Amino acid sequence: MSKGYISIEGLARSFPAPSGSGAATTVFRDLWFAMDKGEFVCVIGHSGCGKTTVLNILAGLDDPSAGVVIVDGKEISGPSLDRAVIFQGHALLPWRSVLGNVAYAVSSKWRGWTKQQVEDHARKYIDVVGLKGSEAKKPAQLSGGMKQRVGIARALSIEPKILLMDEPFSALDALTRGTLQAEARRICVETGQTVFMITHDIDEAIYLADKIVLMTNGPGAQIAEIVVNPLPKERARDSFHKHPLYYALRNHLIDFLVTRSKTFAAEIAAKAAEGRPHDARRPPVILPAGLEKPITTLNGSGPAMAQSA
Amino acid sequence: MLKSLSWRAATLSVVLFVLFVGAWQLATSGGSTALPPGMDPEYAKLLGLGATQGKSAMPTPLEVGAKIWGHLRDPFYDRGTNDKGIGIQLAYSVARVALGYLIAVAVAIPLGFLIGMSPLLYRALDPFIQIMKPVSPLAWMPLALYTIKDSSTSAIFVIFICSLWPMLINTAFGVASVRKEWLNVARTLEVGPVRRAFTVILPAAAPTILTGMRISIGIAWLVIVAAEMLVGGTGIGYFVWNEWNNLSITNVIVAILFIGVVGMVLDLMLARAARAVTYPE
Ligand SMILES: Nc1ncnc2c1ncn2[C@@H]1O[C@H](COP(=O)(O)OP(=O)(O)O)[C@@H](O)[C@H]1O
Ligand SMILES: [Mg+2]
Repeated sequence: MSKGYISIEGLARSFPAPSGSGAATTVFRDLWFAMDKGEFVCVIGHSGCGKTTVLNILAGLDDPSAGVVIVDGKEISGPSLDRAVIFQGHALLPWRSVLGNVAYAVSSKWRGWTKQQVEDHARKYIDVVGLKGSEAKKPAQLSGGMKQRVGIARALSIEPKILLMDEPFSALDALTRGTLQAEARRICVETGQTVFMITHDIDEAIYLADKIVLMTNGPGAQIAEIVVNPLPKERARDSFHKHPLYYALRNHLIDFLVTRSKTFAAEIAAKAAEGRPHDARRPPVILPAGLEKPITTLNGSGPAMAQSA
Repeated sequence: MLKSLSWRAATLSVVLFVLFVGAWQLATSGGSTALPPGMDPEYAKLLGLGATQGKSAMPTPLEVGAKIWGHLRDPFYDRGTNDKGIGIQLAYSVARVALGYLIAVAVAIPLGFLIGMSPLLYRALDPFIQIMKPVSPLAWMPLALYTIKDSSTSAIFVIFICSLWPMLINTAFGVASVRKEWLNVARTLEVGPVRRAFTVILPAAAPTILTGMRISIGIAWLVIVAAEMLVGGTGIGYFVWNEWNNLSITNVIVAILFIGVVGMVLDLMLARAARAVTYPE
């Protein structure tokens, strides 16, 4: 099995019981998963299954109870400017302007830069997310969508190797969400950005992701399988749902969230009885549309596989 | 609407003021003061009422106004220990408050930062702070006089002590309750501890800290009057006490007004500073 650009190996996280006594709750355990450079991966799973916890570990904000995360050949420890985070709440500093928020990140990355260099660079990214003209505004003066744009500009401005996003659009109205999804996808595809994103919105995952990681319900959540998105890389926000493979994929994901995420333990027990035990180290990589044949390598996946299916 | 409200409020203020002054005038222009019925004349004498027999010790508003005008015309004269202009006395008090307060700022804010950042220190020091906080600062006076042996420095120490607690508590609280997501922003940007303290924690906690500083300056200004009555020598508190001994109620009333005005100015300064660091969320 090839190790990807990011490799999550045997990751587990448990929290001590609230009272101090009693058993600790294991949020998830034995997560194995790898992704390649330039890939856009979405994780979906029910609320409380530990998605944010996984992302925090990837960001270096939290430590796993077991297992490691390897990025670009090195085990991570603690946060890094190589891994930018777009937070679930926008997490802008309210006493700083739009420019000030982005410039704060830029000056943290390039500490020797002059004020002018920092501001020029920050303005470039404010422009990328379409906020030109709002540089002097404070976060309180911005709409929810604009705040999240600033969050995106701040994350992109440090030119990270990996972008980590925790349900970045979940608090927005449908129209704004759609626009921002389209822009996020355009920017990430254009720059070949490696993205690890959490969502519970199925359409968002289908539109944005190259691969969709399905997590079972917690506690003790697992990666059930990794679904390869059969949609072509070129997809438009307003028409991707008309693609012939869209419904197969959507039904597969809904089926997972509605039933299989709850009954996954029984499912693997049944498969083990058939002589096909679930291997947590190699979660099945599958194409939807009832295609059961697991793709055992993570490499070479993508739209091409859809045709061969 | 808003404008008309402030207009009506101002009008009402003026009306109330005129009514108050009018009532005051009526009450004091009666001429002789009758002793409260049934009061022993000897006892009245002890209270000092006898000394003003025939004429009310209570000045009329006009007398007070004239006195204020006199003080305003020459606030800084100095004719010996017991006769200094009210401006000089106020300046002494303000200087003591400023010194004690600034020392308290220099101690409370760094210490509050440490306490706020360390849950261990927060809990360990909490019992001490909780016990020290409700102690009247004047209770420290004998201890200060005994150890410092200088009355003016003791007054400054008392101001220091009374300003300390609100600032310390508010700084620690403000620092401890900085939103986790802002700290996480700094962490993901690999911001070092010193830069994080100045660029995230300080601005985030500043409104809470300033609230503590505003409470402190108010308390300090309350306490200085009492402290100076005790230690004597100079200051507006000593002035009040001295004028009471001189039985100049007019000057006591004038001093009360000046104390109020200076206290209001101090509070306004801190309020303005607080507004400057407040951020809408
Ligand atoms: N600091 C913590 N202490 C105890 N339990 C926690 C903590 N953080 C998260 N959890 C628990 O871990 C589980 C997963 O949380 P989270 O990762 O936020 O889920 P998701 O993002 O998938 O909704 C939840 O059940 C939550 O109660
Ligand atoms: Mg979450």
